[in-house]
Amino acid sequence: MIGLKRIFVTLAMALGLTFGLTFAAHAIAPGEALNDPQLETRARALSAELRCLVCQNQSIDDSDADLARDLRQLVRGRLQAGETDDEIRTAVVARYGEFVLFRPQFGGHTFLLWMTPLIILLLGGFWAHRLLRNPPSKPVE
Amino acid sequence: MIAEIGHFVLVMAFGVALVQAFIPLWALYRGQSYGRDLAKRAAQLQVILLAISFAALTYGFLRSDFSLLIVYANSHEAKPWIYKFAGVWGNHEGSMLLWTLILAAYGAFFAQRAVALPDRFATMVLVVQGWLGSAFLAFLLFTSNPFARLLPAPFAGRGLTPILQDPALAAHPPLLYAGYVGFSMSFAFAIAVLTTDQPSRDWAKWMRPWILAAWIFLTLGIALGSFWAYYELGWGGFWFWDPVENASLMPWLSGTALLHSALVAERRDTLKRWTLLLAILTFSLSLAGTFLVRSGVLTSVHAFANDPERGIFILAILALFTGGALALYGRYLPRLSEDRSFAPVSREGLLLANNIFLAAATMTVFIGTIYPLVLDALDLGKISVGAPYFNTVFGPLTLPFIILLPLGPLLTWQAGRLIAPLNALLIAALASLLLVLGLWITQAGVPLIALLLIGGAVWLSLGALADLAQRLRPYGWQLVRQPWRLPATAFSAPLAHAGLAIMIIGVIAASMWQSETVVAAKAGETMEVAGRQLRFDGVREVEGPNYQAEQGQISYLSRPHQGKVLLPERRFYQAERGQTTEAAITSDISGHLYAVIGEAVAEKRVLRLWFHPLVALIWIGALLMALGGGFALRARMSKTGQGAA
Repeated sequence: MIGLKRIFVTLAMALGLTFGLTFAAHAIAPGEALNDPQLETRARALSAELRCLVCQNQSIDDSDADLARDLRQLVRGRLQAGETDDEIRTAVVARYGEFVLFRPQFGGHTFLLWMTPLIILLLGGFWAHRLLRNPPSKPVE
Repeated sequence: MIAEIGHFVLVMAFGVALVQAFIPLWALYRGQSYGRDLAKRAAQLQVILLAISFAALTYGFLRSDFSLLIVYANSHEAKPWIYKFAGVWGNHEGSMLLWTLILAAYGAFFAQRAVALPDRFATMVLVVQGWLGSAFLAFLLFTSNPFARLLPAPFAGRGLTPILQDPALAAHPPLLYAGYVGFSMSFAFAIAVLTTDQPSRDWAKWMRPWILAAWIFLTLGIALGSFWAYYELGWGGFWFWDPVENASLMPWLSGTALLHSALVAERRDTLKRWTLLLAILTFSLSLAGTFLVRSGVLTSVHAFANDPERGIFILAILALFTGGALALYGRYLPRLSEDRSFAPVSREGLLLANNIFLAAATMTVFIGTIYPLVLDALDLGKISVGAPYFNTVFGPLTLPFIILLPLGPLLTWQAGRLIAPLNALLIAALASLLLVLGLWITQAGVPLIALLLIGGAVWLSLGALADLAQRLRPYGWQLVRQPWRLPATAFSAPLAHAGLAIMIIGVIAASMWQSETVVAAKAGETMEVAGRQLRFDGVREVEGPNYQAEQGQISYLSRPHQGKVLLPERRFYQAERGQTTEAAITSDISGHLYAVIGEAVAEKRVLRLWFHPLVALIWIGALLMALGGGFALRARMSKTGQGAA
């Protein structure tokens, strides 16, 4: 199943399809969900942020791989034990590395990633300011 | 034999492209006048040759000629003919041939229609098209020959990946490529403006219809791809922020910026330099997307290093054209004068803000897509950048954009007064604020940014309505008596902006309020999904043209579809040894009920049922945007009289 997914994704890329159509993905199986709706909502939100490490760009919430299921159970177990979202993230990162997070933590190595939108907006604002302040430019020969 | 003809004319097309690329340039340089005519004839001949080549490949696919390597690798006798046909571009080589054919078609169409443009300018546009054609034909012939033989020919092909065997395959890639490649025209225009010393600002007027055409195709292509993913993937996701998707979103965002800045450059003698830069960058992003998708660099930096030939070739094309164009830009920019100034509060001012936000959005997608690759290549660690990152960043970026947007069309050029639009939009502002407040009180647990975006979208759609009213006011009674006589321009921007608003509402509603039920059910069992009573009737075997399927049946016991049945399938493709999930979807005014059958568990069957509220608005919004673009294109064509130019 996982092999097939790979083949498919490679093919889709070879095709230049815009869509990373992965093999029909449905993750959560009957009985997996927690009874407490609030905890379950948190579990889904957390699962959507965690990468399935053996899949092609899928979260553990979308994947039916064994590893993804184990991780889903781990997340739900820790939620039931009363841990906070951040504690669970930290625990998962400690085990699998930062690669597992689909939303990287802010830090030196991700500074540009998080700051680019702001930098562009500031540069744009600065440029607009100059454009509007300066007298109309004359042709230069 | 037919394949050899296809290969032969492909080589001829390469020769013709080289002629188109260099000889008219020489004529321009020497000041001789035959250049334009030669370039025109070369462009026309090129499209004819490529069409023959494409037809030859299509023939190979339709006849299942397995002595052709790519037919063997991607096709099968038992496939329905439509997938044999669409399979022509269901692989790397064939899709690159389609890409080149579309490029040549744009060039020939330009050569045919642009009679009114000055000689030097039109020649230069065709020369640039010739450069691009030569580069991509070289890429095809030297690294991706679609007519490579496989001898002795196998008896059966390996088939087409089942998930691609869908009618959408016939339309999605061609639409997308018509969009990507369409931006080669504004790129060629920019080079021609820079190198032929255009005294007038008319070039922005000439460029606009080509930008519009490319933008409309790209909008439709992306929307169709999103819809395809929605119904095919089996759980109703419509956008995954996958790098392959981002590759198409980048030129779309920057093309949208280009569309608006060209409007300023055309109407007012300003932002011309920025428009030219955007024209260059938008096509560069199309090329970068092609590189990302084709080189395998996305799967991993290391996969790319293993088989680098094609990737390096495209990277070289990308570097050559982007680098070369930017060098020309730096060299010839001082020639361009920008004469008129404008106040911050004016239509230009707001369009400038639009461009800054779109540039930030484009860069966000770009950085988010390549950041993990760069970090990995530099050995600085492995990180993932996925949907949660993009959603986090795009919310705050979209909100001010759509709040500012309705003001632009209601302001006058050069220097406007805020009081007029604010008067017109007072009710819109109050209505959207009240809506946000109401949602905030009733919808606990939904992030505030999502509610604000819904409010913003309502404000935007009411703003589009105010814009439409303003545009139609001068026509008075004609509105009722002869509505078909109304100018197309009156509808373009309001439709496109309303489309964006509707799409945002669909995205937020489908993301925030979807509900999901996963059950293991016996035949005859009933269940409830989003207030709808359903009964699972059981599963039967169904025979398709080239697959076997398990078909589940689920009946509605309650309104709005009482008596209707849902027939989701799981299909098994013998030849390809693969399977797909075909969701069953029923739609009503409030949203889609989306049903999928899963595996059997003892006596029971796993059923996954979703309710996706208002999800159809996403694609309706996209269609409205494209329709708005269509009105603008129509207005432009009838105004200039000579069509494309």
